Amino acid sequence: MSFRIDQLPKKKYVVPGNAACAGCGMMIGLKILGMALGEEAVLSIPASCAAVVQGLTPKSGVAMPILNVPFASAAAVATGIAEAYRMLGVKGHAVVWAGDGGTADIGFGTVSGAAERNSNIIYVMYDNEAYMNTGIQRSSSTPRAAWTTTTPTGKHERKKDVALLMATHGVPYIATASIAYPQDFYRKLKRASEIQGFKFIHLHAPCPPGWRYDPAKTVEIAKLAVETGAWILWEYDNGQLKLNPPSTVYVDRAKRKPLKEYLKLQGRFAHLTDNDVKMLEEEIEAKWQTVLALAKAFPQRL
Amino acid sequence: MKTLTVQKTALTGNYAVAYATKMAKPHVIAAYPITPQTSIVEKLAEFVEKGELNASFVNVESEFAAMSVVYGAAMAGARAFTATSSHGLLYMYEATWWTALSRAPVVMAVVTRTIGPPWNIHVEHNDILTLRDAGWIIAMAETVQETFDLTLQTFRIAESAALPTAVGVDGFVLSHSTEPVEMPPQEVVDKYLPPRRPDVPMLLRPGEPVTFGNLPSDNKIHARHKVAAVYEAQQEAKKVISQADEEYGRLTGRRYGGLVEWYRAGDAKHIVVCAGAWCSDAKHAVDSLRARGVPVGLMRIRFVRPFPREEVAKLDQYETAVVYDRDITPVGGILGLEVKAALSRARVVNIVAGIAGVDFDSRHFYETTQNAIDGGYRDLVFVV
Amino acid sequence: MLPLSRPAPASAGMTGTWRTYKPVVNLQKCIDCGLCWLYCPESVIDWEKGYKIQIDYTYCKGCGICADVCPVKAIDMTPEEGI
Repeated sequence: MSFRIDQLPKKKYVVPGNAACAGCGMMIGLKILGMALGEEAVLSIPASCAAVVQGLTPKSGVAMPILNVPFASAAAVATGIAEAYRMLGVKGHAVVWAGDGGTADIGFGTVSGAAERNSNIIYVMYDNEAYMNTGIQRSSSTPRAAWTTTTPTGKHERKKDVALLMATHGVPYIATASIAYPQDFYRKLKRASEIQGFKFIHLHAPCPPGWRYDPAKTVEIAKLAVETGAWILWEYDNGQLKLNPPSTVYVDRAKRKPLKEYLKLQGRFAHLTDNDVKMLEEEIEAKWQTVLALAKAFPQRL
Repeated sequence: MKTLTVQKTALTGNYAVAYATKMAKPHVIAAYPITPQTSIVEKLAEFVEKGELNASFVNVESEFAAMSVVYGAAMAGARAFTATSSHGLLYMYEATWWTALSRAPVVMAVVTRTIGPPWNIHVEHNDILTLRDAGWIIAMAETVQETFDLTLQTFRIAESAALPTAVGVDGFVLSHSTEPVEMPPQEVVDKYLPPRRPDVPMLLRPGEPVTFGNLPSDNKIHARHKVAAVYEAQQEAKKVISQADEEYGRLTGRRYGGLVEWYRAGDAKHIVVCAGAWCSDAKHAVDSLRARGVPVGLMRIRFVRPFPREEVAKLDQYETAVVYDRDITPVGGILGLEVKAALSRARVVNIVAGIAGVDFDSRHFYETTQNAIDGGYRDLVFVV
Repeated sequence: MLPLSRPAPASAGMTGTWRTYKPVVNLQKCIDCGLCWLYCPESVIDWEKGYKIQIDYTYCKGCGICADVCPVKAIDMTPEEGI
């Protein structure tokens, strides 16, 4: 399996002229999904940006088979597709491509249910850290202090970590990923497709209108999230949890870029004071400690 | 010539659903327990675990997940079954509309149960009737034998009509009552049920990039789809249903009359209209009234959807239609409303009774039907 | 039976009209690395290793990611007429 850029498939799974915003981070992710699994996957897409970027019937802006489904149902619908394929002898992967809202909030019951049953699906939660499709309202995945229309002075609560929640469900494969590291995401999709059972990938996907930044900076911001330690690339596979490069470098907090470099590019954090930033850096360090502790603790018999 | 054995046994309504479903060989079953549906799903789990039924049995975490799983399975080309009641149906409600507008041929047993609060596990029809606007086909069984037969038929009806179909089995009254049931041989069922076509309602396969459900470029596309799926498909389903009934009658000897069943209506002047298990009680009352010379008959609505307009319109040939509703809405009874809308001459007396599981047997039918015929009632009556 | 959709360009119309800045490529500077192709969220950059890139301006939304990720700054976001 090669991840050299020039050997990745050239077929356009994201079709030009679709309804996504200019600079949409999620579309980069969808491209990679297509490259990795475009001919083998059937997507269940709940209400989300992903439902809208497909554009208008009779055209679709995404060149993969897609079933658009009710907001909270994607994990359950994908389970139904996977079981149907199993009984009918159809080869392929039932994949969910859902946002943070449809996964962490309204869809959490179906996600947890599919995880507990170890249903044979690949669940990708693309995380633009708010309900972006409906105009930037907060989700439980919105980071602390971020502005959204429903948290106008900044979110009071911390970010809910869905990938860690999946880890304690005991499913065979979980990974975090970022659209800034497409080859890492590609590898994780391929790895997930080799495993039977419930696979979960949490994909960080910056959003220009929602995070308030110049659309050209989508990849730069996603990279800074990793380089400041705010987003940790890790992977749980076959009972082992490990960090992925370049997050392996940022275990050492001295090597992390100052969080301010990540925050200052985004209008949603413009109101933060230096004290706020310090507090957030401490929170980030606490999250690192949790992930590292889990890395030591796995394999667990929960 | 091979001799095929008909098996005669005694089953509860719920087990009749389970055995019929087993014979229909669904690929995917997903359901969440709720009283009084539980024994359907427990029996099916047993069949699957014992290896008597080769199906994927998905233990879902909610009714919403149950409907979503069978929806996904049906869209992927599988034969799929679920069952629920009352609050469970309300919990999956969004998914039931999505399923109907997707024309996914899901089969669902609804063991009818009162909606609360307060909590109440006894029979009432409001739950299954909440599907009447969504575009589901809705059937109501009267006996355990019919429960078995209807369940088998709905797999064929749903797939031929490309509409999800619900079978109503009255809670406790039918679901937990044991009656004799004749089960046709598996070979007969296999002949009766056509193979599941994977392209109904669409072919969802890896490598075939087709999308369903994204925003319409012109809302007229959506509007036309709705007229076709919600109204026209129901009209087309009427033929599917009567053919299913006739063919079943040829193969088993049991024919029910299609969308409605007429009972002693030929020379009647007044007709009792009802749906569900209590129609047996109503028929007893009709017999008693007839014994006293009262010219009364009965029309049992087997299919609430598609609404049997043509049959209901025949009630205009009679003086009175006494419509019993085991449901309640702010505008009276649902069947009463719909029957009244289809008529212009007969007097319609709508009697809302037996809701919240209150007992309503043949004596009650006898008294209230007599009162209705005598003109002792206004147009809408609540009997509590 | 169902209103189905199939992949086609322009599912949201002529998205090239959205942009106010246009990515202009200096092919002399271009080192044929493919990063702009990889990161373009619209699939409007075509790349063949050895032949460098071409941008389809019919649908390019002018986000500027290509210019931002180019390691040698071979892409310039130039204003459209009237900006």
